[in-house]
Amino acid sequence: MSTHTLTGPAPAGLRFHPLRDSATMLRRNLKRMLRYPSMTVMLVGMPVVFLLLFVYVFGGTLGAGLGGPVHSGAVGGRAEYANYVAPAIILMTVTSTVQGTAISIAMDMTEGIIARFRTMHIARVSVLTGHVLGSVIQAVFSLVIVIGVALLVGFRPAAGLGGWLAAAGFLVLVTFALVWLAVALGQVSKSVETASNLPMPLVLLPFLGSGFVPTDSMPAGLRWFAEYQPFTPIIETLRGLLMDKPIGNNGWIALVWCAVIALGGYLWSKRLFNRVGSR
Amino acid sequence: MTTRQSSAIAVTGLRKSFGDQVVLDGLDLTVRRGTVFSLLGANGAGKTTTVKILSTLLSADAGEVQVAGHDLAREPDAVRAAIGVTGQFSAVDNLLTGEENLLLMADLHHLARGEGRRRAAQLLEQFDLVEASRKPASTYSGGMRRRLDLAMTLVGSPQVIFLDEPTTGLDPRSRRNMWQIIRDLVAGGVTIFLTTQYLEEADELADRIAVLDHGRVVAEGTAEELKRRIPGGHVRLRFAAPQGLDAAMGLLGQATRDNDALALRVPSDGSLRSLKTLIDRLDDRAIEVDELSVHTPDLDDVFLALTGDSTNEKVTTR
Ligand SMILES: Nc1ncnc2c1ncn2[C@@H]1O[C@H](COP(=O)(O)OP(=O)(O)OP(=O)(O)O)[C@@H](O)[C@H]1O
Ligand SMILES: [Mg+2]
Repeated sequence: MSTHTLTGPAPAGLRFHPLRDSATMLRRNLKRMLRYPSMTVMLVGMPVVFLLLFVYVFGGTLGAGLGGPVHSGAVGGRAEYANYVAPAIILMTVTSTVQGTAISIAMDMTEGIIARFRTMHIARVSVLTGHVLGSVIQAVFSLVIVIGVALLVGFRPAAGLGGWLAAAGFLVLVTFALVWLAVALGQVSKSVETASNLPMPLVLLPFLGSGFVPTDSMPAGLRWFAEYQPFTPIIETLRGLLMDKPIGNNGWIALVWCAVIALGGYLWSKRLFNRVGSR
Repeated sequence: MTTRQSSAIAVTGLRKSFGDQVVLDGLDLTVRRGTVFSLLGANGAGKTTTVKILSTLLSADAGEVQVAGHDLAREPDAVRAAIGVTGQFSAVDNLLTGEENLLLMADLHHLARGEGRRRAAQLLEQFDLVEASRKPASTYSGGMRRRLDLAMTLVGSPQVIFLDEPTTGLDPRSRRNMWQIIRDLVAGGVTIFLTTQYLEEADELADRIAVLDHGRVVAEGTAEELKRRIPGGHVRLRFAAPQGLDAAMGLLGQATRDNDALALRVPSDGSLRSLKTLIDRLDDRAIEVDELSVHTPDLDDVFLALTGDSTNEKVTTR
């Protein structure tokens, strides 16, 4: 075509570099997190507060009601409850991070620089993958802190090295899936406030599952919901891995949920981002 | 078509509506490579909408657009690879420093690390941002942010640059600095598509100017051509002696005289032909003229005359 003679960029210049662009966007997001640390502090703070609340305020009573091999006295109940609730708190660390992702995506979308990115020849999805990778790294950082605090307040996991590695891999996977969902939620939000409210169900779901009390203690309708919602198999898998107990079907069910959430979130996010003329 | 090949931007029949509000109603534009094209129009005329469409940010409802030889609808990626955009509203990362913003652009254009640093340093220098380079952009003044914005657009050395009101909010020195940068870019073969509220700016920079009104181009040409289209142009003749003034007055009936200044104001469109006729007539009578100056209306007059009935209202609805 004659037009090519005047346009310059050779086909090679038109190739996309999604990995390189994602790494660039990741660096951007990590820098932004460092410049805006109050968000990170808040995101780690919430699960820590819940952990302390549940172990020290509710732990004695809830632990006594757990059933099974009951230790004598309130201290035994509290210790046992710390082990029971820790996986839920660990998962709450993930949902809290994910809420942060939705907020920072919504904030980012209001910034003019996103419009600039859209006019540039870059792998578009890298704007989103940069956020996803940044959030996963942030979640790992928060998880280390929260698990550390949990160990301090009496969490005594039974897992060996293998169990810990499996749990770590599993947590990264869960984070990855939920973060993609949050990226979509952050984009559909018209404001930063909406973005912080939309992922609320994610934060609440562990309560309506086996996170804080066993599901058989719940009324029938709620129990039905609790048993089938995705967070129950996820928590049960995590609990099994950390406490070195059999996880049964829960592992597979949790993995399928993660895959579905990740894929759904990814496709939804990508479609939202590629809308032409969205603003 | 030859016009298409030598043009950096070619637009035919571009249409865009928001709901039932028609913003662009069959826009036609051609911008030659290596020139500055300026789009003028009242607030809400659709300048930003045009820039957004041409820079792939917004989809058009109808029309053919080629940018840098690529069809906008079919090869948006090729268009993006060739263009740089500085929008009307700031597009910098406020949490990053000025330098980090430029390095971010360098990384996204896949410049080697050293080259990226060099380019960033050079642009910081060129845009007078060296001192502020390590401060977050959120602490910049409006003008500094604007300069950073343009610097970021230039990191990738684009062939076609869209500037939506690039000097709004700049002080006179920064504005002149910006003009010089634009001239240098054009000298290097870059094509500039510029919108502005400062007609003086279009006058200074633009090779061609188009006036947008009611979703269409109502006038297009060089600044001079546009000025000649509207009345108000005249030639002022100053004479050494009252006799000359009297003689000329007798000769050129419809002129207005200024006895104190020994000057005569003759209506004229300022074209070479009419000037030659005028000078020949004076010469024939051997009337001595001390000084001759041509006064064309400025672009403000043109703008007000062309968009007169719509300066305060929005675009037509249908
Ligand atoms: N996203 C949108 N949704 C609805 N209407 C819009 C949208 N964007 C622009 N418009 C309308 O389109 C018209 C043209 O807007 P545009 O921003 O292109 O004007 P402009 O010429 O750049 O004005 P200004 O000189 O004020 O920058 C305006 O009436 C505006 O209200
Ligand atoms: Mg505008």
